[in-house]
Amino acid sequence: MMEGDLRQPGFHLGPGALGQLMPMYLSLDSACRIRGAGPTLLKLMGEGAIGKPLEEVFTLRKPRNAAQASVLLRAQRLQMSLRGTPATTFKGTAVPLLGDGVLLNLSFGFGVRDAVREHGLSATDFADTDLAIELLYLYEAKTAVMGELTRMADRLRGARVRAEEQAATDPLTGLGNRRAMEAALDRLLRGGEGFALLHIDLDYFKQVNDTLGHSAGDHVLAEVASRLRRSVRAGDLVARVGGDEFVILLAGVLDRAALARVGATIYDHMRLTITHEGHPCPVGLSIGAVLVGPGSDQGEAALVSLADLALYASKRAGRGRMMLWNADQSVSQELARADGAERRIMTG
Amino acid sequence: MHGLVNKALQSFISDAFGGVVWHDVAQHSGITQLLGADGFEAMQSYDDSLTESVIEAAVILLRRPRDSLLEDLGTYLISHERMEPLRRLLRFGGVSFTDFLYSLDELQGRSHLAVPDLALPDLVISEAGPDSFLLTCTGGPLGFGHVMVGILRALADDYGALVVLEHRGMQRADRADGTPGTVDLIGIEVHDPAYHAGRRFDLATEAAQ
Repeated sequence: MMEGDLRQPGFHLGPGALGQLMPMYLSLDSACRIRGAGPTLLKLMGEGAIGKPLEEVFTLRKPRNAAQASVLLRAQRLQMSLRGTPATTFKGTAVPLLGDGVLLNLSFGFGVRDAVREHGLSATDFADTDLAIELLYLYEAKTAVMGELTRMADRLRGARVRAEEQAATDPLTGLGNRRAMEAALDRLLRGGEGFALLHIDLDYFKQVNDTLGHSAGDHVLAEVASRLRRSVRAGDLVARVGGDEFVILLAGVLDRAALARVGATIYDHMRLTITHEGHPCPVGLSIGAVLVGPGSDQGEAALVSLADLALYASKRAGRGRMMLWNADQSVSQELARADGAERRIMTG
Repeated sequence: MHGLVNKALQSFISDAFGGVVWHDVAQHSGITQLLGADGFEAMQSYDDSLTESVIEAAVILLRRPRDSLLEDLGTYLISHERMEPLRRLLRFGGVSFTDFLYSLDELQGRSHLAVPDLALPDLVISEAGPDSFLLTCTGGPLGFGHVMVGILRALADDYGALVVLEHRGMQRADRADGTPGTVDLIGIEVHDPAYHAGRRFDLATEAAQ
């Protein structure tokens, strides 16, 4: 070397030392014939690969072919796979050797797990500096952690379904739901002190929902719920039992006069038209009522169907009114009426 | 303590002694009242005192010495099929048991890569002579050294190595954040690294569970 020459002197490594540093090296002559390989790559290719042209052992993807070593050297990044099965893929880099020929260093890249499994590789097949083992380790740690998270999510989903099944509240209106109504009805019947049951159905709700949209419909339901709540005592049960159906249970309300007062209060609260985003949502209430005397032995189902009969009578009589089912005469009788209910029939 | 540790303790008690025993331990330690019937979740953190009350309840209900119960927990972590992922993660440490011992220095870092908030004790392995090692565990919860002895015993068996382990004592050494911690010293003599075939370990399995 001349004085002042800053070029690095070349390295002289035996195949053993090179193989220890790069167990997947591939040494080619200038015609791209395989001259030697690191121990791990040799295991994958088989001893017979030595002396063969590169493209007889590998399918080249980048570059597409390598008739001459110079083609490999020009490629920024090599991609190739083993011919035959498994078609393990590699990425790699090619550098020129002093003298002639090319040195390739290959790596499995993301396919490392498949390659390790398919070729039965172990830690000693990788250079100590290779991060492949750490990658496999992380893969398993990640899988274990994700498994725990998945199991936890399953448990939480199950808990939520159970909680929903046991819930007694209607999420839209904050009122009780059908389950809450049935429980309260059961308590009242057992208590035997007598009560009134109102079955309430919204009039013209479908039209509001169809013309103004679901959010207007939801708003109407929530607003009606709040007005019904304000129309009765704090201890009375108000429940939404279906799409636009409500039930009110009034403990201790035993006569028509008291019931009529409740009906008047409800229609009074309903007098102002509900609006949604500036649009009026004209809905009314039809109410079917049943009085249950003290010590009544009527069943829940029978009661509900009597209230239905009264509700049906209310609808038939022109909506917007409260009808009481009179069990003695099997007829219903009007107890309260909304303002303008008659006009509604004419126009609605 | 991290939920993974607590969940492992819960699995150990119910797998090794039965679901009824875990039910009693959970009731006795207040876990059921606090966390519900499912007990610990793996991916949550819990106050250290909960872990301690579970161990105390198990010691009382099972009438087992605390140290040997904790050592059995360590063995369970490696040898029970439910804990296979953990066994595999530890086997990544080295190709032989001796190789694995040297990897213990990195265990904290490795576990940190996988679960950043899993605060494992600091482990330092030093050579005390030919085939003789001293493992120092710093900052572990009370009794961690005994769990570690169980882990090492089961892993030595897993690798097929003939090893003598000795728990050489424990000192109180609180952690940097003021929580109580200990320093455990464990002596390890490797008599024969290939005493029997051990259990198979493939770097990549069909589907890592």
